[in-house]
Amino acid sequence: MNKRTFVSALRWSCASVAVFLSGCSLDVLAPEGDIGAQEKSLILIATGLMLVVVVPVIAMTLFFAWRYRASNTKATYAPKWSHSTAIEAVVWTIPCIIIAILATITWRTTHALDPYKPLQSQAKPITIQAVAMDWKWLFIYPDYGVASVNELAFPTNVPVHFEITSDSVMNAFFIPRLGSQIYAMAGMDTQLNLIANEPGSYAGLSSNYSGQGFSDMHFTAIATSQQGFADWVNKAKASSANLDDQAYHTLTQPSEKVPVSYYTNIKPGLFGSIINQYMGDMSMDKIGTPSPAQASAIPSHNDHAKASE
Amino acid sequence: MFGKLSLSAIPYNEPIIMGTLLMVCLAGAALLGWVTYQRKWGYLWTEWFTSVDHKRIGVMYVIMALVMLLRGFADAIMMRAQQAIAASDAAGYLPPHHYDQIFSAHGVIMIFFVAMPFVVGLMNLVVPLQIGARDVAYPFLNSLSYWLTASGVVLVMLSMFVGDFAATGWLAYPPLSELKFSPTVGVDYYIWALQLSGLGTTLSGINFVVTILRMRAPGMTLMKMPVFTWTALVTNILIVAAFPVLTVALALLAADRYLDMHFFTNELGGNAMLYINLIWIWGHPEVYILILPCFGVFSEIVSTFSGKPLFGYKSMVYATAGIGVLSFVVWLHHFFTMGSGADVNAFFGISTMIISIPTGVKLFNWLFTMYRGRIRFTVPMLWTVGFMVTFTIGGMTGVLMAVPGADFVLHNSLFLIAHFHNVIIGGVIFGCMAAINYWFPKAFGFKLEERFGRYSFWCWLVGFYMAFMPLYVLGLMGMTRRMNHYANPAWQPYLIVAAVGAGIIALGIGFTILQIAVSIRNRAENRDLTGDPWGGRTLEWSTSSPAPFYNFAVVPQIEELDQFQADKEHKRAYKLQSQYADIHMPRNTGVGVFMAAFGTVLGFAMVWHIWWLAIFGLVGMVSSFISRAYDTDVDYYVPGAEVLKTERARLVPLQKLVDHVDPASAGQKVA
Amino acid sequence: MSSSVITANHGVVAHGDAGHHEHHDDGSKTLLGFWIYLMSDCLIFSALFASFAVLCNATAGGPTSKELFELPYVLGETMLLLFSSFTFGVAMLNMHAGKRNKVIGWLFVTFLFGLGFIAMEVHEFAHLIHEGAGPSRSAFLSSYFALVGTHGLHVSAGLIWIVVMMHMVGKFGLNDVVQRRLSCLSLFWHFLDVVWICVFTIVYLRGVL
Repeated sequence: MNKRTFVSALRWSCASVAVFLSGCSLDVLAPEGDIGAQEKSLILIATGLMLVVVVPVIAMTLFFAWRYRASNTKATYAPKWSHSTAIEAVVWTIPCIIIAILATITWRTTHALDPYKPLQSQAKPITIQAVAMDWKWLFIYPDYGVASVNELAFPTNVPVHFEITSDSVMNAFFIPRLGSQIYAMAGMDTQLNLIANEPGSYAGLSSNYSGQGFSDMHFTAIATSQQGFADWVNKAKASSANLDDQAYHTLTQPSEKVPVSYYTNIKPGLFGSIINQYMGDMSMDKIGTPSPAQASAIPSHNDHAKASE
Repeated sequence: MFGKLSLSAIPYNEPIIMGTLLMVCLAGAALLGWVTYQRKWGYLWTEWFTSVDHKRIGVMYVIMALVMLLRGFADAIMMRAQQAIAASDAAGYLPPHHYDQIFSAHGVIMIFFVAMPFVVGLMNLVVPLQIGARDVAYPFLNSLSYWLTASGVVLVMLSMFVGDFAATGWLAYPPLSELKFSPTVGVDYYIWALQLSGLGTTLSGINFVVTILRMRAPGMTLMKMPVFTWTALVTNILIVAAFPVLTVALALLAADRYLDMHFFTNELGGNAMLYINLIWIWGHPEVYILILPCFGVFSEIVSTFSGKPLFGYKSMVYATAGIGVLSFVVWLHHFFTMGSGADVNAFFGISTMIISIPTGVKLFNWLFTMYRGRIRFTVPMLWTVGFMVTFTIGGMTGVLMAVPGADFVLHNSLFLIAHFHNVIIGGVIFGCMAAINYWFPKAFGFKLEERFGRYSFWCWLVGFYMAFMPLYVLGLMGMTRRMNHYANPAWQPYLIVAAVGAGIIALGIGFTILQIAVSIRNRAENRDLTGDPWGGRTLEWSTSSPAPFYNFAVVPQIEELDQFQADKEHKRAYKLQSQYADIHMPRNTGVGVFMAAFGTVLGFAMVWHIWWLAIFGLVGMVSSFISRAYDTDVDYYVPGAEVLKTERARLVPLQKLVDHVDPASAGQKVA
Repeated sequence: MSSSVITANHGVVAHGDAGHHEHHDDGSKTLLGFWIYLMSDCLIFSALFASFAVLCNATAGGPTSKELFELPYVLGETMLLLFSSFTFGVAMLNMHAGKRNKVIGWLFVTFLFGLGFIAMEVHEFAHLIHEGAGPSRSAFLSSYFALVGTHGLHVSAGLIWIVVMMHMVGKFGLNDVVQRRLSCLSLFWHFLDVVWICVFTIVYLRGVL
């Protein structure tokens, strides 16, 4: 309980900072979704906690430097003094306490904010599959049979479950105002769970440098009402472009500043086959022949990361 | 015949590069012409290039670092200028392919060819003097290490004019750095430059571990070693333990690119995450390799200029060793967003923040060294105080990013860029500048003048805050790193401020150059006759400035931590003996230069797939090394009479001076 | 300080008042340094073993270790290397006994065993590549060739070193420097043997069983 009041005190002490910072469109500190909101308060709490020791250290540095300047002969001079068990005990203990508190918070929040963890909500999550390409994002809606490039939409207050991969080099999928980012890697399926609580158009981007066209590899994430989302899906469905092997192959060719486009008639199992083409003897021409066995062959990314540690 | 190399490799159509080339050629020609005109080639060759004297090698390292600082900083200015103008998707003046090479080269140069030569150079200059040794354990290897690092420099500089450099970021993450996505020679330059200089660094690490473990003056137990030497010991252990992993990571990348292997490719089972793990298993200790010696520098300076022993020496030693150990169990914090499980992320996050405990203790110890001191605000001390404030902020943002939940939104953003510049400029660069000002008299026999030194400090300090505080804000605004241009116009004002900040840092660098130039011109006024210009406490101040090539006429006997301070207090310092024994010294050799030259040829030939030339380079390297093994004339004795003459010339006039002054600040008043 | 007596030898200071350990003893410095070098080399192999461990199942539909490796052949290689370590040991015994010609002779035997090992390894590699199981086939094979090949390169470097040392023993006799270098080479050679045992166990035995 004590800790909780301490933390909430910190939260208040940081509130003023937050007010100041939110004045200048700090996307990361102006979240529009629950994950982002938790991360924002985590940043503020951790910063506040560290300021407890940082501010005194800086103040003491400047004060000691001034007080014990050579020209100030009034200050005490102890030319032999170099040890004090009491001071040593204090300077080891204070950082230990702060780090102990921070470590506790870290352990808790790292689990709470694990990108793979499904979000608690009454609403049924919507799944969006994101593919990083040279240099654009392809978003596939397996449940709606539509896909889009460099724009995605989802209803507010509905958890969005992202499955993310790359058909090229490593990228990272990031919508700053909604919270966490995660890498997109070929042959792997990383996951991210986000939610938007406020409607709006949010900037999304690749936050991991991926070559020549990287700077233009951004997209718009539209959080909207259920009706707005249904309209968006219908707009995509009305598209004349089908996402078959041919169209997909065209998309994989490097291109920059790619305008928003929509696809319908998505080849079933496309996402799985994009991943599987890098899993050994499977080759591009097998794209679009999904099977349960193949789907389960998609490696959970955790195994890989652990194996390579 | 010439592999992939043809005349089209020279980027004629890039005016910026050609302009730079012209300037480099002109400046180079002027320099070479001047040396020729002064007939100094023989002197340079026999006294410097072939020298195995650790002090001279140290000086050459630092000069290399300063020269490469100019190159790396030019890259920085170009990036800042590009981002300051490329708002609202304006193209700016640098096309992506050029811009991408610049930020990659900036990182590579600043870490490998500025920060590393700086700290290795300082260790070369100071460590043997601090432990009462006459040289390092393997003087020839030391020369070889230096010249191999120079090979790396040559290759990186060549890449600008012949071919291109990696456009992959400074760590060349695959699959982007694979042949499929980076088909030009840029990544190959990267690989070979780092392999050559990395080999040099590893050898240097081995050399210094043995030097510190085996060549301390009698009586100097580990717990009587000066703190800088302690940090150097831990740093070199880290080098020996970390650099082999870099070697492997780069070798496997090279195997992918040259032999069509599949370690990190997308296809055929390759796993890029393996590279990312390997490179950071080296990369995280690397940042401590850079910062620990600077912690040592600050410890020496704060104690000297506060006129007190370092507060909490033992804590300092344990903290240093603790940081060294912990630095190997935190690497995963560089990629929390790779999707490792929460347990793994939390483990690495917490182990990272544990490092801040010994680091925090160090800060407190410097604080309490100042407490009840008599602080003289010389230039080194200014840098130290500037460091303490700046590094504290950088440390705080670092711990913040060690929290995985926070890192999920801060990773790869400009917040990260601001953080690591905060600790690398605020820690490493400030430390090196402090060290240059502090130990310059020991290397050259005269002090650097203070005024321009102070100007330089203030420019760096103000410039740093202007350049990087806006980047923290931009990171929170969602701006990611390595952008050539951007759509959001709200970012631009911050980037303009950052560019102005970089300009102020440029002034700081200019003042440093001016400071050195003016000091050389006025060297007679700033001559250090005592060898102890600051009232130093450790052994390096007991010899003359510049230190004689044999360092110590008599190997000192150590009883105390601050031995020289105690000697001064007990009036034991500056004693002339009636006779001296002969001194055994290593002979200079050019083999290091030749091996590195062959190494450069090897690297260049490998970059361009000129196989016959590569074989020539390799055979040249190996046979030079073997020929060295057959050289039996590798050392000589300095006659005792000559030592006596040198010592008498220094000590007889000095004796009259020091006998009358307060021992605690002998150097001050004499100087 | 004034009680110090300075000897001319290697700048060593011997103190009359206490039994200080000798500091600047050149031979021990070299051996310590060489040990540290071996540790760093050991880390190179550790990183390669780790890479192999990560990638050994990434066969990408290509041949697996079970299909590729022939234990008897590899056992032959192992025996050659083990024998060479033994013969090097004999050379070192002769060095300590001061028998110059025997040192050269046993070094030569060691060289032949080492050369045999390399020849067998090259043959094995050529065979694998010929069968379409070259290093480009899969990440598993890349990591196999890199690990075993790095060891092979080390052995080859050792062979060159042995030749140089044979010549040096002939030219300079068994002086301090030559003895020191032989000791380092001995460490190096035995080290490669230990690494090979790990390769044999982890790559071949574990791969086939």
